[in-house]
Amino acid sequence: MAGLRVGLFVTCLIDFFRPSVGFAAVKLLEDAGCVVEVPHQACCGQPAFNSGDRADARAIAEQVIAAFESFDYIVVPSGSCAGMLRAHYPELFRGDPNWQPRADAFAAKCFELISFLVDVMGVTATNAKFAGTVTYHDSCSGLRELGVKAQPRRLLATVADLSLTEMQDADVCCGFGGTFCVKYPEISNAIVAKKVANARATGAGTLLAGDLGCLMNMAGKLARDGGGIKVRHVAEVLAGMTDEPAIAAPREQREAAS
Amino acid sequence: MSARDLVFASIRSSLGVDGHEAPRRKEVTDRLRDHPTGVVPARGHLAPDGRVALFADMVTAAAGSVTRVNAAADVPKAIAEFLRRHNLPPTVRRGEDARLAALPWEHEKTLEVTLGPSDGHQLASVSHAFGAVAETGTLVLTSGADNPTTLNFLPDNHIVLVDAKDIAADFESVFARLRARYGERQLPRVVNMITGPSRSADIEQTLILGAHGPRRLHIIICD
Amino acid sequence: MTQAATSPRFKENARAALADGELQKSLKILETNFIGRRKQVADKLPEFDALRDAARDIKNHTLAHLDLYLEEYERRVTAQGGHVHYAVTAADARSIILDICRAAEAKLVTKGKSMIAEEVGLDDFLAVHSITPVETDLGEYIIQIRHEMPSHIIAPALHLSKAQVAADFRRVHKELPPNRNLEEPETLLAEARAVLREKFLAADVGITGANFLVAETGSSIIVTNEGNGDLTQTLPKVHIVLTSIEKLVPTLEDVAEFLRVLARSATGQEMSVYTTLSTGPQRPRDPDGPREYHVVLLDNGRSAMLGGQFRDMLRCIRCGACMNHCPVYQAIGGHAYGWVYPGPMGAVLTPSLIGIDKAGNLPNASTFCGRCEEVCPVRIPLPKLMRFWREREFERHLSPATVRAGLSFWAFFARRPWLYGFATDLAARVLALMSGARGRFRWLPLARGWTDRRDFPAPQGATFQAQWRRRH
Repeated sequence: MAGLRVGLFVTCLIDFFRPSVGFAAVKLLEDAGCVVEVPHQACCGQPAFNSGDRADARAIAEQVIAAFESFDYIVVPSGSCAGMLRAHYPELFRGDPNWQPRADAFAAKCFELISFLVDVMGVTATNAKFAGTVTYHDSCSGLRELGVKAQPRRLLATVADLSLTEMQDADVCCGFGGTFCVKYPEISNAIVAKKVANARATGAGTLLAGDLGCLMNMAGKLARDGGGIKVRHVAEVLAGMTDEPAIAAPREQREAAS
Repeated sequence: MSARDLVFASIRSSLGVDGHEAPRRKEVTDRLRDHPTGVVPARGHLAPDGRVALFADMVTAAAGSVTRVNAAADVPKAIAEFLRRHNLPPTVRRGEDARLAALPWEHEKTLEVTLGPSDGHQLASVSHAFGAVAETGTLVLTSGADNPTTLNFLPDNHIVLVDAKDIAADFESVFARLRARYGERQLPRVVNMITGPSRSADIEQTLILGAHGPRRLHIIICD
Repeated sequence: MTQAATSPRFKENARAALADGELQKSLKILETNFIGRRKQVADKLPEFDALRDAARDIKNHTLAHLDLYLEEYERRVTAQGGHVHYAVTAADARSIILDICRAAEAKLVTKGKSMIAEEVGLDDFLAVHSITPVETDLGEYIIQIRHEMPSHIIAPALHLSKAQVAADFRRVHKELPPNRNLEEPETLLAEARAVLREKFLAADVGITGANFLVAETGSSIIVTNEGNGDLTQTLPKVHIVLTSIEKLVPTLEDVAEFLRVLARSATGQEMSVYTTLSTGPQRPRDPDGPREYHVVLLDNGRSAMLGGQFRDMLRCIRCGACMNHCPVYQAIGGHAYGWVYPGPMGAVLTPSLIGIDKAGNLPNASTFCGRCEEVCPVRIPLPKLMRFWREREFERHLSPATVRAGLSFWAFFARRPWLYGFATDLAARVLALMSGARGRFRWLPLARGWTDRRDFPAPQGATFQAQWRRRH
């Protein structure tokens, strides 16, 4: 399976806020034998789609499909964006004789990063090292739309010196929900407060997840409420690239990889 | 147009039909006639003794109590024992069910048995179940003079006899027997499917027995 | 006029709910009692998921043939001596029931739990016409004396503590000794049982809902744990079933499928205590039972739903699993939704019944986490249906102008990746610079909703694409 051409859909949040996750994704894909390319890209269109703006969502989707459909696979380091491409793009074009087949073919090649590594590339281990306890939050779209649950845990188990403690309600929403967190901020706050309390209660040093939206939400809450646990994207740990400060952490804190 | 006409017109308009389409009518007629069986859990499909044991376990889990007797002759004694155990006066009300009438009540001289529906003043009643479902520990009782419905709900203590052979694996078996007894498309006025004594958890989700119906449900399985 | 909805004030309702300490304490119960038990009982039944598929398929088949099954059902009810009445609107339902009660010279009416009764505002209407309705389900009774709506479709008084209930009992049951012990749930229940027993026996008319209507036999089915529904429908001389057209189920075998998923999904019980099939009035040899049996079939917008995008919602069997598992419901409880139906099912159903202009907040206040759909026993795609409502709002320009502007702005750039790349790289580097070494913002303009209670992580610097293109 080596030499597969993968189009990396880096996602707008990673592109803008945390490029290091994008580079971690590239490393993981290249280590697995893929050739990675990054076409010019913007957004998957989910904000428009979830806000009921089908027209804009469709226009954006046409662009994404055109830019990416020639790749063997399209890999996305985010459950919610991958869910948009894989589960919802076909819905956007249902009944359109020109676009439906293209959208279906495209969607079938889209994968969330960790599930791609494990389920498609057959990766069984990483060669990373990370001393410390981590706990893992299951982002809703990845979990319920794409079935991403066992795969990150399987790979984390192969990271040297790392131990994983499960938090209570790991699979319950963190309250981000895209536009939800700014439209209904008090409710979102109540939900994320429960989530970070559960994360803290594990005693783990680091909180991981596969979705930057969730991670920024949880990290932002933790930072405001006294910290106590660092927040990273799971790709950073699996790629052994934890030099960058954790999410929302101060910049002088350069961390060693071990 | 009557309200009925309006509702049917609206339904048919939404479905894009006029109601005369033969294929649709056939589907409905067929389903009502054939009443196909759906997914039936394997759980209750045991040998007869296994079914009875499962039934008893499920009843107990639902806070009912169960005892088994070998012969009809032992039933009045079992009833008297139950009443004594719970410091209840030795009196029960029953319906006209022939199987109840045929019990040797005279063996329990102290036990007073009255006849008829309940008016709310009885503390204990005894019914004979039509059948039971092992899958969930559920009794099936039918309305009528034989086993008046009020006996199932008004008295604080409800004693129910069920024949071991009538403890079925699943709901479907009991429904089939009801059809055989009452006819196709027919049911008695009421079929009560009862699983344990009355309960409520409406106050702080604390479970309490005896909400409005009986506080105690005691089942006597007769071989 | 249906019950007045406060759904337009959802945000204020939610704010109040979040600040309500008693409510927050009460809501914690959802985790252990409803969620934990459902999982346990579902795990014990290997066929559970297959049953959910079967239940969905039966409902779909029934809805596709609803007119024909309704005709069959009506024929069977009438053959047994029962009466079927059709109500197009809530007002129709109320006046049909009033007529039946007046014909029976009813003064006192007992009621089993019925969401339809809430939907049409029956209790207040009867009271205004000098007929006293008494709720007999303990939770419904408690909220009736508080003049509240239920906050959960299965556990109407979920939001209350026993102290609150005791205070209400003291206020209302004035004939009882004022210093009696009402400390524990048992004493409260005993009092309610005694008070309501009198009502059961004195009622002229009993009104219940129906969990299911069986076309094969013309039966109505109620499912309770208390037995109040049975006393309501057995003792008075008139029994009225107030229900809606989509409750139809074809056969008894079909009923079995639903019984296998209903209690398990609702409360985590294998079966509710009392599942009762009622078929018509007293028969010749019956020593008890009502002399009249009436079924009032409410439409109130449901037939219209059959032809549209929201048809799947008609499969709902009112188990409450969706709201039990919803992080939003768990945070704010049921009253915040402002009407009869809360949680995810309320978010989808309410706009169909009272209009998206009034109920718009409900399908918007969701993270689309999908837990509701995951547990729905009839597999209703609730998040997708909520999204359909958002599409309707967008088309009708009901969303706030700022949101539309924001989306247009975003879409403008998102459709021009070259321009997007340029603008975002600039913005990211500026923001990174502004945040200095802190790595985050405590405050950002236009982002107060976020930064009021959370810090906002700062970008690392140049965007991924900018860095990538420099290297490749």
